Amino acid sequence: MIGDYTYSEFGSILAMQGFAGLILFSVFVLMALGLAIIFGQMGVINMAHGEFMILGAYVTYLCSTFVSATIPAFFPYYFFVAMILAFCAAFALGVLVEWAMIRHLYKRPLDTLLATWGLSLVLQQTYRTVFGAREVGVSLPDWLIGSLPVTDVVEVPINGLFVMALTFVITAVVYLLMYRSNWGKRVRAVVQNRTMAGAVGINTRMTDRMTFGLGCGIAGIAGSAFTMIGSTGPTSGQQYIVDTFLVVVFGGAASLLGTIASAFTISQAQSTMEFFMSGSMAKVLTLLAVVGILMLRPQGLFTLKIRR
Amino acid sequence: MMSVQNLRVSYGESEIIPDMNLEVAPGEIVAIMGRNGMGKTTLMKSLIGIHPASRGSISVAGTDVSRLETYQRVEKGLAYVPQGRAIFSTMTVRENIETGLTVTGRTKVPGDIYELFPVLLDMKGRRGGNLSGGQQQQLAIARALASNPKVLLLDEPTEGIQPSIIKEMARTLRRIRDERGLSIVVSEQVLSFALDMADRILVIEKGEVVHESPRDGIDEAKVSRFLSI
Repeated sequence: MIGDYTYSEFGSILAMQGFAGLILFSVFVLMALGLAIIFGQMGVINMAHGEFMILGAYVTYLCSTFVSATIPAFFPYYFFVAMILAFCAAFALGVLVEWAMIRHLYKRPLDTLLATWGLSLVLQQTYRTVFGAREVGVSLPDWLIGSLPVTDVVEVPINGLFVMALTFVITAVVYLLMYRSNWGKRVRAVVQNRTMAGAVGINTRMTDRMTFGLGCGIAGIAGSAFTMIGSTGPTSGQQYIVDTFLVVVFGGAASLLGTIASAFTISQAQSTMEFFMSGSMAKVLTLLAVVGILMLRPQGLFTLKIRR
Repeated sequence: MMSVQNLRVSYGESEIIPDMNLEVAPGEIVAIMGRNGMGKTTLMKSLIGIHPASRGSISVAGTDVSRLETYQRVEKGLAYVPQGRAIFSTMTVRENIETGLTVTGRTKVPGDIYELFPVLLDMKGRRGGNLSGGQQQQLAIARALASNPKVLLLDEPTEGIQPSIIKEMARTLRRIRDERGLSIVVSEQVLSFALDMADRILVIEKGEVVHESPRDGIDEAKVSRFLSI
């Protein structure tokens, strides 16, 4: 016996909370992937990342209301189209923001913090004006509702499984783009040495713009996935931005594997502890652990072993 | 092949190169010598476009490039090996060379580059940052050659390289010139290296050419007087 629980009950609790942690992990990874590109690779502190995510969520919401009102027959599949639209919207806004603001600040990384924080306030107010202050939710198609029974007491929700599968696919695509494509090579060259990348013949401005756009686009997809497990309000993005930075810094900037590993650690610790104590206590313990580890390893969990 | 006219380069109010004229013939190797702070690196940076000139023109094979961005100058046939090499240290050797292919539209590293630098073929999977100084220098040259340049700019390639490799490098650079017919402009402080590889030697002081001589019949004593501190 552990407390009031038998061992089998305790095991089930761990399994269910572990699974809840996996869903949180998926959202973290989706959020952090975009930020790992923008902050980890480009060095831009994008405080508006959460708002790009919420843009994706609102696009999904619009899509769902539009489809259910006009072409209900298409409703079971609308989600895939909504995701693509969410990516496009966030990508387009990202490119615009890079052109108008970020490109002037590459040499002043700390100023990007203030500038993008201001941008996040502007975006939040825009959402409030356009969509109202109340949170909105999307209705899920039938096939995403319900759960799969694994044992008598352990059940896993289908929308959670879908988010996890989605995360896996997006991560694989980002990996291939960054490490196996010519475009990724250019991005890595530019972020490592912008001047020299230009001097080997890379159009650095274009590369910067597309990279920032891609990071924002991925945030848009994350927002789209986010609508499946939570409702969307003008400030929902803000709640996630700190966690996301935490994940990227803890994982070691510029390491995709580190980002995934740290998202996994933080989300699992968080959700398992949340069951046994209050949410804020769980957060305090997680943060303390992360701070402790970062003091011992300031460069994060994973780093490349090279001379610099 | 390259022609520089009335070039003026300054950092803010401080003028580094007041009025530079330079002609480089096809297939010629020109060494630009001078002590520290005399404007060698500034000249190189303004030729490739990292620090644009405030006046004057630079043309490569008849095309004026002085108003173009750095990457566009690479498209027009300039290539640059910076002081301190500046290879992409977290990327592999092969990826480093492939970044140079961007303007050519090719994706595979041509075999003749590995032929020039066999050591890079052995190490193509290693990260650039884990190579020795001499190997990094070879990598930086290979990366520059990948863009198929007409004029190769090298900024103090011997800095931090051991003497035996310096000799080897002079031979390789001459071989590159002979095989590809490109022109090379190299800034240098080591006189023996310049004598080994260059066809013509210029000495600059405060951004102006104070002495110029072809390799054959050069007054070594006079040049080294310019270089001594």
